[in-house]
Amino acid sequence: MKFSESWLRSFVDPACHGQEFSHLLTMAGLEVEEEESVAPAFSRVVVAQVVSVDLHPNADRLRLCRVDVGAGDLLQVVCGAPNVVANGKVPCALVGAELPGGQQIKISKVRGVESHGMLCSARELGISDDASGLLLLDPAAPVGEDLRRHLDLDDRMLTLKLTPNRADCLSLEGVAREVAALTGAPASYIDVAEVAVGITSERAVVLDAPAACPRYCGRVIAGVDAAATTPSWMRRRLERSGLRPISALVDITNYVMLEGGQPLHAFDNRQLAGAIHVRMARVGETIKLLNEQAVELRDDVLLIADERRPLAMAGIMGGEDSGITLATTEVFLEAAFFAPKAIAGRARRYGFVSDAAHRFERGVDFAATRRALERATRLVVDICGGVAGPVTDALATLPQRPPVRLRPHRVRKILGLDVSPARIEELFRRLALSFVRDADDFIVTPPSHRFDIEIEEDLIEEIVRLHGYENIPGALPRAALSMLPQPEQARPVARVRQLLTDCGYQEVINFAFVEESWERDLAGNEHLIRLANPIASQLSVMRSSLLGGLLANVATNLRRRQSRVRVFETGRCFYRDPLGGPVPGFRQPWRLAALAYGSVLPEQWGCATRNVDYFDVKGDLELLLAPLAARFEVAAHPALHPGRSARVLLDGQAVGSIGELHPQWQQKFELPLAPVLFEIDLDPVLQARLPQYVEGSRQPVVIRDMAVVVDHGLELQELLDALSAHRPAIVSDIRLFDVYVGRGVEAGKKSLAFRIVMQDTRKTLLEAEVDAAMQQLVAYLQQVFAAQLRV
Amino acid sequence: MHNLDQIVQAAVVAFAATDDADVLEQIKAGYLGRNGQITELLKALAKLPPDERRTTGAAINRAKVSVEGALSARREAIRRMALNARLAEEALDVTLPGRGQRRAGLHPVTRTLERIESMFRSIGFEVADGPEIEADFQNFTALNTPEDHPARSMHDTFYLQDESGAVAKGVLLRTHTSPIQVRYMQAHVARHAALATMPEIRVIAPGRVYRVDSDATHSPMFHQVEGLWIGEDVSFADLKGVIADFLRRFFENDDLQVRFRPSFFPFTEPSAEIDMAFMSGAHKGRWLEIAGCGMVHPNVLRHVNIDPERYLGFAFGMGPDRLTMLRYGINDLRLFFDGDLRFLRQFV
Repeated sequence: MKFSESWLRSFVDPACHGQEFSHLLTMAGLEVEEEESVAPAFSRVVVAQVVSVDLHPNADRLRLCRVDVGAGDLLQVVCGAPNVVANGKVPCALVGAELPGGQQIKISKVRGVESHGMLCSARELGISDDASGLLLLDPAAPVGEDLRRHLDLDDRMLTLKLTPNRADCLSLEGVAREVAALTGAPASYIDVAEVAVGITSERAVVLDAPAACPRYCGRVIAGVDAAATTPSWMRRRLERSGLRPISALVDITNYVMLEGGQPLHAFDNRQLAGAIHVRMARVGETIKLLNEQAVELRDDVLLIADERRPLAMAGIMGGEDSGITLATTEVFLEAAFFAPKAIAGRARRYGFVSDAAHRFERGVDFAATRRALERATRLVVDICGGVAGPVTDALATLPQRPPVRLRPHRVRKILGLDVSPARIEELFRRLALSFVRDADDFIVTPPSHRFDIEIEEDLIEEIVRLHGYENIPGALPRAALSMLPQPEQARPVARVRQLLTDCGYQEVINFAFVEESWERDLAGNEHLIRLANPIASQLSVMRSSLLGGLLANVATNLRRRQSRVRVFETGRCFYRDPLGGPVPGFRQPWRLAALAYGSVLPEQWGCATRNVDYFDVKGDLELLLAPLAARFEVAAHPALHPGRSARVLLDGQAVGSIGELHPQWQQKFELPLAPVLFEIDLDPVLQARLPQYVEGSRQPVVIRDMAVVVDHGLELQELLDALSAHRPAIVSDIRLFDVYVGRGVEAGKKSLAFRIVMQDTRKTLLEAEVDAAMQQLVAYLQQVFAAQLRV
Repeated sequence: MHNLDQIVQAAVVAFAATDDADVLEQIKAGYLGRNGQITELLKALAKLPPDERRTTGAAINRAKVSVEGALSARREAIRRMALNARLAEEALDVTLPGRGQRRAGLHPVTRTLERIESMFRSIGFEVADGPEIEADFQNFTALNTPEDHPARSMHDTFYLQDESGAVAKGVLLRTHTSPIQVRYMQAHVARHAALATMPEIRVIAPGRVYRVDSDATHSPMFHQVEGLWIGEDVSFADLKGVIADFLRRFFENDDLQVRFRPSFFPFTEPSAEIDMAFMSGAHKGRWLEIAGCGMVHPNVLRHVNIDPERYLGFAFGMGPDRLTMLRYGINDLRLFFDGDLRFLRQFV
């Protein structure tokens, strides 16, 4: 809500000004979002009448003017503006004037002729950018009057950021009412008298949807001059309230809306046929609106229609065909009350906003409908001429204002502050809230302009708003102290994040909506969750994987000359899943993904530079999961190199994947090296084990090494699984400590070296028992995997 | 006697003449070995008469002790020299950098969220989480914002398509983390249904939220932390106390000023906007909008089956992104979601 402060002050003029006044409004919940002066500071500029214009003796483009500034003697002023004419009224900066930007006006000689002042353009005064010529003033402007006063240039334009509950402040009179309540300054409103009826033309109105429109006032005004000029005072107020003057009739309806808050609509009466019907639209009906948008209507849209066709979307926007033009001579003027529920959301649905819809969906004073019509009629007749017909006032059941009970003890309970009944009475009076007392309680009947007082808490808010939030004591609360649970079989996500940062992975936060191609390429997702209204096509699909974001992070950082990138993210991923919850149809688990690119260590002395590989990152993942031990098995993943990636399993459940980026995507993301990535569900990572002490054996441990040559393609895991299933009882651990391929090992084979740990929990092992166990293992490997003992 | 002194003197000189432990042992053999001078003298004792044997023996023994003493002193000195030589040889340039991985850091917003969580935990708040694709009911309706309520226009909401490409009904990307509180209250009420008095609800809900907005000061995805305290005796005064305490602790600044001014949210009544001002630094004296808050609207409590006559409380919501920017002097919100390591590394 933008408006001219001096217009507001024509209704209520409290003693506080400037910043102090803005602060007052802000602290009452009417936040002043912007305040602008109408014009910058300047002084000693007055209304001047040009009496004569002569050629300058020494310059072709300059004129020698004699001007009357109301000081008796005429001034001689040199002027170069093309539009200076005798008898015109223009601003004149007198000797001693200071203009915006600091220019001082002195008696000067211009090409040998004295000039006693300066005639000014709008730009020279900082009022607008127009520098095409002198600012032309109203022919009726009083000569000698201070220009600031004449054009009301000390005015400010205030913009309020109103919350949706304060529709009552969407007008000058509404803000004035609020200012009066806040300051106690007296307010006076426009005294609206009925305009004399001079013709009998009238138009019947039928309320077909009385719940949506319980009141509709309309009247015909005949013989108007739609091309009449809008008076300058009205133009100025509209412009300073952010509305562009259009034509007298449109300007008048806008003016009355700003003044009192009632949106109006003017039809060209000659375009209407028969009675006005206020009815719900029929499915499929269409209307072409004033903004030239043609819309197809649904049956929850309220219409103003005549007997032939829809004329307007009620309370939202008029139709193009029935609206007024400069040729209109007969107006049908509408002022109605449309119920907020009948208007709410409709304009937004069709993709536009309108001042009328904005007001009606928040609530317009239903007791002021006819007053606004009379006020507008008065202005039309005064400005455009014409004669008014009788008012048709169709009325059904207006909204009720059920009384609201306020219990003073609830005020204390909710605010933590005692407000005396006398103070409550005072505040209610200032707000013009009528009430009766019932023992201690107040029974309040909210006024017709307030749509936000329905329950006790609403009244409490009114009390504290006026009483001042700063008067509520801020106190540290008292509460029963009970400890929060600290489950030890879970670890906080903060701990997981810290492990990763300690491993050198930087946390990033990427958008949850991603490029569609990432989902297809990197996640193989065929059940995309698309946004209905994305802000950009590359942010249009909800991610089911965090990998795309991390890859984009690498690309971004490479462009910024970072050659080594290690990043991770935790975030929700999104899947269509008929069994998903808590929001049906979707599964939204937290996932964790990390990526390493470039050298395994930051470049440093004494370490050969080596690029990160699968096993480096696998080591980080294992460290992260410890003490849980994951298993890794070959499995295809659309993002990953098929020979260098694995599925990660915990307790037999697949929880994620790890691997080198598929060369295909490496190329697509333009990465010189292959990054290694993993992505896993976060939940299993948050598991922790409650340690349980087991007493160890004191018997000595025997350690033997063994190397076997097996087929190169044999997976270690397979061999270990088989060994651990068939190991002799005294073997307590089998650990791989070397893998060798090369000289001495046949092509197509590899040598695996194991450390075998043996222990008998009851006695010291004998040499023979150890030898037997080793032989048993070797024999088993020979038999099952055709392994050769390497000696 | 004179002879013995000379032997001792000669031994000391001989020991001192070498720096080599092996040579020292060879020299030692010349005095104390099987045929060493001292050993020979001791052997000769047997031929002396008993009286002389005693005095001469004592003298020889004294000489032997002296030689042994000189020997072990020299051994120790040589050992020390050898050690010193080795230490000198092994010396490093200790100013060379240490080797290994470089630790990375948390995202600055995570850092803020972790601090916020621990501060509220310290006064008994739990931390709750919830879905980001949210039901319209939890995001709006249960928060007293029915369909077509003008307050919905305060939240430019992302909607989803169903698999046929039409706008999916009843689901959206959550526009705030308040729906987490709705779910938390529902679960809390169900869990304690059997009790005569419902235990207090004290919870904060941090998380990512989404709105259709993108410029230098708005990101289509950003963060929120909502807080909620419901009990039998929780008032606006408590809200003021908690918020002021939080902001002063968060910014570690006891001079920080906090003000509350009337505002509107469908889910609180009365509602307030919270502004704060620093008394020094770059933002000195300027009121900065930092959070919204209010007393939970009775309709919200009714929606989750809590009796608003008996229980009441406050809710607040704030932007950790903005708190992070103010705390660390960051001037562009977009830096948070850009993944630029040069920016992020500053928060290690």
